[in-house]
Amino acid sequence: MNFNATLFGQLLAFMFFVWFTMQYVWPYILEALEEREKEISDGLEAASRGKRELDEAHQKKAEILEEAKKEAADLVNQANARANQLVEDAKSSANEEAERIKVSAQSDLEQAAKRTKEELRSEVAALAVSGAEKILGSEIDQEKNSQLIDQIAQEL
Amino acid sequence: MASKELNSTDYIEHHLTNLTYGKCPDGTWSFAEVHGKSQVAGTEASCNISEMGFWAFQVDTLFMSVLLGLGMIFFMRRVAKNASSSKPSRVQNAVEYLVTLVRDQVQDNFTADKNPLMGPLALTIFVWVFLMNLMDLIPIDLVPWMLNGFAAPNAEGGAIHYFKVLPVADINAPMGMALGVLILIHYYSIKNKGLGGFLAELTFQPYGKWMAPINVIFEIPGFYAKQLALGLRLYGNLFAGEMIFILIALFFGGFFSSFTGVLSGIAGLALNFIWAVFHILVVILQAFLFMVLTLVYLQQAHEHH
Repeated sequence: MNFNATLFGQLLAFMFFVWFTMQYVWPYILEALEEREKEISDGLEAASRGKRELDEAHQKKAEILEEAKKEAADLVNQANARANQLVEDAKSSANEEAERIKVSAQSDLEQAAKRTKEELRSEVAALAVSGAEKILGSEIDQEKNSQLIDQIAQEL
Repeated sequence: MASKELNSTDYIEHHLTNLTYGKCPDGTWSFAEVHGKSQVAGTEASCNISEMGFWAFQVDTLFMSVLLGLGMIFFMRRVAKNASSSKPSRVQNAVEYLVTLVRDQVQDNFTADKNPLMGPLALTIFVWVFLMNLMDLIPIDLVPWMLNGFAAPNAEGGAIHYFKVLPVADINAPMGMALGVLILIHYYSIKNKGLGGFLAELTFQPYGKWMAPINVIFEIPGFYAKQLALGLRLYGNLFAGEMIFILIALFFGGFFSSFTGVLSGIAGLALNFIWAVFHILVVILQAFLFMVLTLVYLQQAHEHH
């Protein structure tokens, strides 16, 4: 155990190695380390952001789907209502048409019956007159008895 | 081959002697002389280590620590140059693990304003001290044996007769680093508190300014003892570990010569293994401690009381 100049040789070597490490080693390795740490934290952040965005997209998708379903149901309901309306309309117009046809047929019928009645009445009057002529054996003065005949005809 | 029998005392002494190059009293520079001959074959040694005094360099300590330090910075530099944030190589992952560990320590212990020196300083200390400590796990005789031309320590084998592979078992290495930390502590103390503030901290606490002499007696030793202890702690732990390895190595002395030699060799192997496993902990722990304590002391140099 003897101190000598080796002490200062060692001190110089020590200073040189520290200087070298400080100048050429430490900053480079630390830079790589810190860069990687930053990359990792950035990556993690990006991943969590992506996850959040995905969740949001999922939620939005569900909302849109819900809305679309509602709209579709509305459309179907509307279509149903419209179809019912159409059927109703068609039914009522058919009924009206039928009613109209019935009414006109009835009036035709009545007219025909009236006309027939009229014809029958005049025929019966003529027959009655000719019958009466035969019974009386003479001609009935048409003009004289026309009032009577008309009355008879009216009574038929 | 062996010129004389190597006894335990010589063996231990051999392992505690650094390869030293220094200035002798007669003004010449040479390797040291041990037991009447130069540490390096073929050179003239004119004095022994203690005669050299201050102007001596432990060549093995400096060589090993600088070699490991250079290996460290070249390796780290290669990783730093190719560092990429997206595709780290396996080596980069390993270095990043270290850097993260050091950075966390800096952030935990160093709560003062950001100082760009703290990270690199802590990383350098941790890795360098760890590598130097790790040399303790190299078999104690391996490197000296190779450098001595694969011959026993007392044989005239190769060129270099003395070589300690563990730099931190030489007091100069840990104390050199602790000296660096001490300089930094003074620099930042004066920079952040002002010379007056720094001196006031040492003289006006804990009993107020009228008790300044007593405060100085309390504060100055405490202030320097912790910085001295920073180096001594590392040195003491590793030196003790080395010492145990040397003692365990004595068990192998007669491995090939007798039956009892084989038995003690086997016991030595078991002991060596146990101590090495335990020492892995010490190696890492002491490197870590040196780093953390440096940060703590520098943090104290930054904060105002």
